[in-house]
Amino acid sequence: MTTTTAPAKQEAAAPGRRRFSLNLRSSGIYIAFALIVLLFSVLTDGALLQPQNISNIIVQNSYVLILAIGMILIIIAGHIDLSVGSVVAVTGALAAVLMVNMGLAWPLALGITLVAGGLIGAWQGFWVAYFGIPAFIVTLAGMLLFRALTMTVLGNQGIGPFPDEVRTLANGFTDGYLGNIGLGPLGGADLFSLIVGLLAIAGMAASQWKARKGRLGYGQAVEPIALFTGKLVVGAVLILFLVVQLARFKNLPWVLVLLAALVLGYSVLAGRTVFGRRIYAIGGNMQAAVLSGVKVKSVVFWLFVNMGVLSAIAGIIFAGRLNQAGPTAGNSFELDAIAAAFIGGAAVQGGVGKVVGAITGGLIMAVINNGMSLIGSPSERVMLVKGAVLLAAVAFDVWTKRRSGAGR
Amino acid sequence: MSDNILRMSGITKTFPGVKALRDVTLSVRRGEIHAICGENGAGKSTLMKVLSGVYPHGDFEGSIEFDGQPVEFRGIRDSEHAGIVIIHQELALSPQLSVAENIFLGNERARRGLIDWNRTNYEAGELMKRVGLRDNPTRQVSDLGVGKQQLVEIAKALSKNVKLLILDEPTAALNDDDSAHLLDLLRGLRDEGITCVIISHKLNEVISIADNVTIIRDGQTIETLDRQDLTEDRIIAGMVGRALDNRFPPHEPTIGEEVLRIEDWTVHSPAQPERKVVDGASLTLRRGEIVGLAGLMGAGRTELAMSVFGRAYGVNISGSIYKDGVRIEPKSVGEAIEHGLAYATEDRKRYGLNLIEDIKTNITAASLKGLWVDEAEEYRVAEGFRKSMNIKAPGVASVVGKLSGGNQQKVVLSKWILTEPDVLILDEPTRGIDVGAKYEIYTIINQLADQGKAVLVISSELPELLGLCDRIYTLAEGRITGELSGREATQESLMHLMTKGNPR
Repeated sequence: MTTTTAPAKQEAAAPGRRRFSLNLRSSGIYIAFALIVLLFSVLTDGALLQPQNISNIIVQNSYVLILAIGMILIIIAGHIDLSVGSVVAVTGALAAVLMVNMGLAWPLALGITLVAGGLIGAWQGFWVAYFGIPAFIVTLAGMLLFRALTMTVLGNQGIGPFPDEVRTLANGFTDGYLGNIGLGPLGGADLFSLIVGLLAIAGMAASQWKARKGRLGYGQAVEPIALFTGKLVVGAVLILFLVVQLARFKNLPWVLVLLAALVLGYSVLAGRTVFGRRIYAIGGNMQAAVLSGVKVKSVVFWLFVNMGVLSAIAGIIFAGRLNQAGPTAGNSFELDAIAAAFIGGAAVQGGVGKVVGAITGGLIMAVINNGMSLIGSPSERVMLVKGAVLLAAVAFDVWTKRRSGAGR
Repeated sequence: MSDNILRMSGITKTFPGVKALRDVTLSVRRGEIHAICGENGAGKSTLMKVLSGVYPHGDFEGSIEFDGQPVEFRGIRDSEHAGIVIIHQELALSPQLSVAENIFLGNERARRGLIDWNRTNYEAGELMKRVGLRDNPTRQVSDLGVGKQQLVEIAKALSKNVKLLILDEPTAALNDDDSAHLLDLLRGLRDEGITCVIISHKLNEVISIADNVTIIRDGQTIETLDRQDLTEDRIIAGMVGRALDNRFPPHEPTIGEEVLRIEDWTVHSPAQPERKVVDGASLTLRRGEIVGLAGLMGAGRTELAMSVFGRAYGVNISGSIYKDGVRIEPKSVGEAIEHGLAYATEDRKRYGLNLIEDIKTNITAASLKGLWVDEAEEYRVAEGFRKSMNIKAPGVASVVGKLSGGNQQKVVLSKWILTEPDVLILDEPTRGIDVGAKYEIYTIINQLADQGKAVLVISSELPELLGLCDRIYTLAEGRITGELSGREATQESLMHLMTKGNPR
């Protein structure tokens, strides 16, 4: 009892210091991402940021990023899912069997696959939420079960090729609906992509401004206008740069459109809805959540269902990109997704994390992967660096937490 | 005044931006029981951390002299080596290990690197006899009650040849019997020559046991009182810096209709389904009424409250609940909240709050409905509570884990008031809260009653129930053993009913 008040006074007496350390903790990940991008741009003589390479990074890592969205929600609630790699494989295999072997129309086959993913999630969610087995065990079992199921379905061989529509979704680009436009020395670029990019920037600015005005209206503390505008400008420049580069290459990849929609949707879910609040409440203090009327079991169950559906989406995209569903698909994806979540600022005890953070964590690993392969590093060295980054990110989180004295 | 075992002088400890201790002086005579009193946040625990080396030498100003020697502790090991042992409020036992293993944890009885179990258990048994703990040394600690666990801690301290034993709120979680036993034990240790420093909020205990009392307020030593000067009022005056004529705000109740009636309520323990934890309890609450529920620890008070609150505790529950004369059967906490019930837990850190979240998120946690969270509205509501409840924090975005106990409790109360309940069950609403904040909590409870809500207060502190309640039920072994009006009840009459055994 007596110990808690001393630090509280300390914070009250030194608000400036506190704000700085809080900022460092929540925005450290984005600064780290910027530094890593900068480092590899220099090391690769700018090859990292070439239009085609940016497009490659997004398309090659989209499935892990999609998995990271579901994973961060599960981790915020204080659980984990080790089975997502195997679920990617089994849903990819199912999609292949439905479309290739059975010749079902592709929209129907996709729908069935997504439902199957949801059922797989429901199966695991049942054991975790209602039966009370730790998620670590349930999903470790799931990792083996669904890998075995994949091999059974595929008969130990790859199935392909997929219909064109599915391949386009996984690997293709939006059409140049409005034709090209000259950008002077940068050459021609897809007008539609540019318009989408500008709309995204406008939307971001408008929503940030509205949030800020709302806060001010209630006399809440907001960041200084200079910092606010600065952040906005940096965000806008980044989006613009990304879109211009992509527009110069081959328009927007479909998976980027999908990913952007998912990130937006799940950020709103986590940050603005009652369901999202309950995820954080469960991870922060499960007992208190129960005694506040939160239906903990149901929330956890639906988080696993959601993870299953997202795994199915990732499974379809992965199979579509390779144009084949294989028995080893999705191997170790769960580790990449979990690493993305923790690098992106999730807390090991649960209750903390953001969708955008997990995406950034995933992109950090993606850039390291891509950058190191561009400069010709052997894969063992890539692994070494990724391991070190994961450890450093979590160590930093633990360190800032200890320093701010937010002990439980 | 000659033989001081401990003399701390000029102790100043600064955290960034705040002086937690300012020129504190503490002298403890050899072989006495010395109490330290002060409000939460006054600096008692910081002082003890300085003494035990948690804050190493050089991290603070001032000097410590122990046993006639100036000492410079660099860590807990140093201070333990010198013979100073602290027993913290939150016990530091390993629940899955046996009593004997815990006693010798870090200090194992071993021969050539292998543990000598016979010697371990034998010596543990001897130490357990010394502290009056009649149990098997091989018993797992988690099987023991809190009172016995406390004794294990003391036995552990004795195994280290302790000269100065420091106890931080040793009786906070104990019932009256266990507390009395513990205080007797401390007197016995004093007679054996062990000096004790005890930090306590329970002033009656301090008065009954202490030879000297040092009062700390706002990080400064206010005074050291001698045994013959000790009265509760004197200590309180020193702690709060003003005389508290009345510890309870005056209240004239306006009691209305019956709002909740519980009949023949029986609850079985989830751990031992054949055992009745609550046995045929019946009680009624009326609008505008503050009703007390008194009982010794283990009487089933919390179990009764939580089982009524949407079956949050217990199995095989029978009985009926009537709300405004209509029978209700809340099967989950959510349903209980919808029926206008609220339950503020006795352990706010474990069961009441999400400590890593901010004030506003905690206040709205039980009231969110529908799909979207209206953040502007949430802010407005939380800010309203911060002002009306006088929650001391820079803003409603402050993290709850950093608030003091009293302010955390105000957040818990705000959370439940926001659900607009008709019935509030407050389980130990002032546990671990300092005197000034208690008065504020009592005022809030009175206001709630004046708004026409029924309040059921569960408390281990009988003076609190007597000062606050219009009517008091007593509970013993899961059965309601009596019902007294606030005016006719006395500590003696309540205690008599609380210890009334099962007629069998």
